Amino acid sequence: MADPMRIRAQAAGDKATIRVLMSHEMESGQRKDGNGKTIPAWHIQDVTATLNGKTVMTAEWGPAVSKNPFLQFTIKGAKAGDKVGITWKDNKGDTRSDEATVT
Amino acid sequence: MKKIALAVGLVSLSIIAFAQKSSTDSIAEYRQMLQDGNPADLFEAKGEGLWTQKRGPKNASLEKCDLGKGPGVFKGVWVELPRFFADTGRVQDLESRLLTCMQELQGFDAQEIANTPFGRGEQSNVTALATWIAAESKGMKLNLPQAHIEERKMYEVGKRLFFMRGGSHDFACATCHAQDDKRIRLQDLPNITKNPGAGNGFGAWPAYRVSNGQMWGAQLRLNDCYRQQRFPYPIFGSDATIALGVYMGVNGKGGATVAPAIKR
Amino acid sequence: MQSKFLLPLAAAAVCFLTACSTPLPSSADLDKLTKEIIARSFRAQGQAQLDRVNPDEDNLLCAQADQSGTTIDEKLAAAIEARNMQTIKPPADGKFLGDYKEGEKIAQSGSGKTWTDKADAANGGNCYNCHQISKEELSYGNLGPSLYNYGKMRGVANPNSAESKPIVEYTWGKINNPRAYNACSSMPRFGHKGVLTEMQIKHLMALLLDPASPVNK
Repeated sequence: MADPMRIRAQAAGDKATIRVLMSHEMESGQRKDGNGKTIPAWHIQDVTATLNGKTVMTAEWGPAVSKNPFLQFTIKGAKAGDKVGITWKDNKGDTRSDEATVT
Repeated sequence: MKKIALAVGLVSLSIIAFAQKSSTDSIAEYRQMLQDGNPADLFEAKGEGLWTQKRGPKNASLEKCDLGKGPGVFKGVWVELPRFFADTGRVQDLESRLLTCMQELQGFDAQEIANTPFGRGEQSNVTALATWIAAESKGMKLNLPQAHIEERKMYEVGKRLFFMRGGSHDFACATCHAQDDKRIRLQDLPNITKNPGAGNGFGAWPAYRVSNGQMWGAQLRLNDCYRQQRFPYPIFGSDATIALGVYMGVNGKGGATVAPAIKR
Repeated sequence: MQSKFLLPLAAAAVCFLTACSTPLPSSADLDKLTKEIIARSFRAQGQAQLDRVNPDEDNLLCAQADQSGTTIDEKLAAAIEARNMQTIKPPADGKFLGDYKEGEKIAQSGSGKTWTDKADAANGGNCYNCHQISKEELSYGNLGPSLYNYGKMRGVANPNSAESKPIVEYTWGKINNPRAYNACSSMPRFGHKGVLTEMQIKHLMALLLDPASPVNK
């Protein structure tokens, strides 16, 4: 499995701000190496966020997202103690899931 | 008539305000926005795991490693490095000291790791460990010791190296880093001969470089400085690199640190 | 024992144990130690060989002055300038100016001479790293003075005229070997150290002195 994500989830009022750092090369597929050969695309395609097991956000990412991407979003109704799960899947079929508790 | 004059006045003020924001200001703003979500966090997490993980031929962790404040102590050690270590009889910086511990405690070959290019194999683990250990001193003030004669000698050597001109371009560290308010292109240059430049400069590495997506420790930062000075290759953990660390860190005494930082 | 003696006594004890009362070696000995450390701290890589950490007399003298925070002695400066002046040769065909468009490319390029650069590739002048040059390029450094309007400010309407000759020759000399005019200049010796070719320097001359160059508009 790929390197772990760093997830921080902080509740404030009736929503929680989720900050995720993902470790991924995010090769766009448009770069060429020193010999002129195109470096094959290798990047996250799908991101899913769950709150206590229920999907609350999905995202489709393309080649424009940069290396080691940072994602921030808010979940309405999330409170301290809830479990936030983040899963990503890349174009090679590799996947990573991590969880954090809302503080 | 008055109303028109007032409107014209306001418009011209806003034009002036817009023009005042220099290129360097805008870049500083952009970096501020990047502070949250610094990918250095990923390397910090990796380093923290490597400290306790049993690895190497001796299948041991690094939890007994002495980084200057006793075996196993990792909080606050980074702001006191480089320093003299009695067991090796040398002044050592963080990265060379990590090699000592990886060899003595875990059975790795320090020489082999030193010869491994940055970003590969065990070198990337050294970088992750260095990132985490620097983070364990986050916000503390630089306080390198100069009590030992070897530490004081290394300061003097570091000073001489700092001002030494060489390479095809006759550059010294001082060519770029010995004056206030200088920049290369639009990259501000810290004046490393005194605070706040010395603290800001030395206290920012390890740092994550956005432009190439790499985590750079102090050794790699110095390595790339020397490359751009058109010097030959500084050996990893060599006395020259450590002496420069002593010079910069002592000049930065009392300076607040920001490592692990985020850079362009 | 009175308490006011305890602290300095304790400090002395610490000093004795940690060798802090040992006096620092002489400056000459520290110079020697530095040389020994240099000898074991660098390795040749790519085109960067170890002769590059063996500074010449000019660099040794200038480094000494910088380190002590003083201006270099007048006589030593004059000697350095005379030495470097001798290295400057006029262009073989007598033509000082090339193509300013090529000059701009050379001024923009920072590649060359590092251990990751190919030894036989063309080097850049790296000029924008330190200087403002054209009005359009906003990404410039300030380690050196602005060169915007260089020729115009010096009244060079025709670089081939007799009246422009002193400026043209000075500029040629300055790019080839700035230490001929300023003993401890931070600027690289582009001609003397073989960083740029004669043709490349002619292109830079045009960038600065050709009235048609954007620098002089």
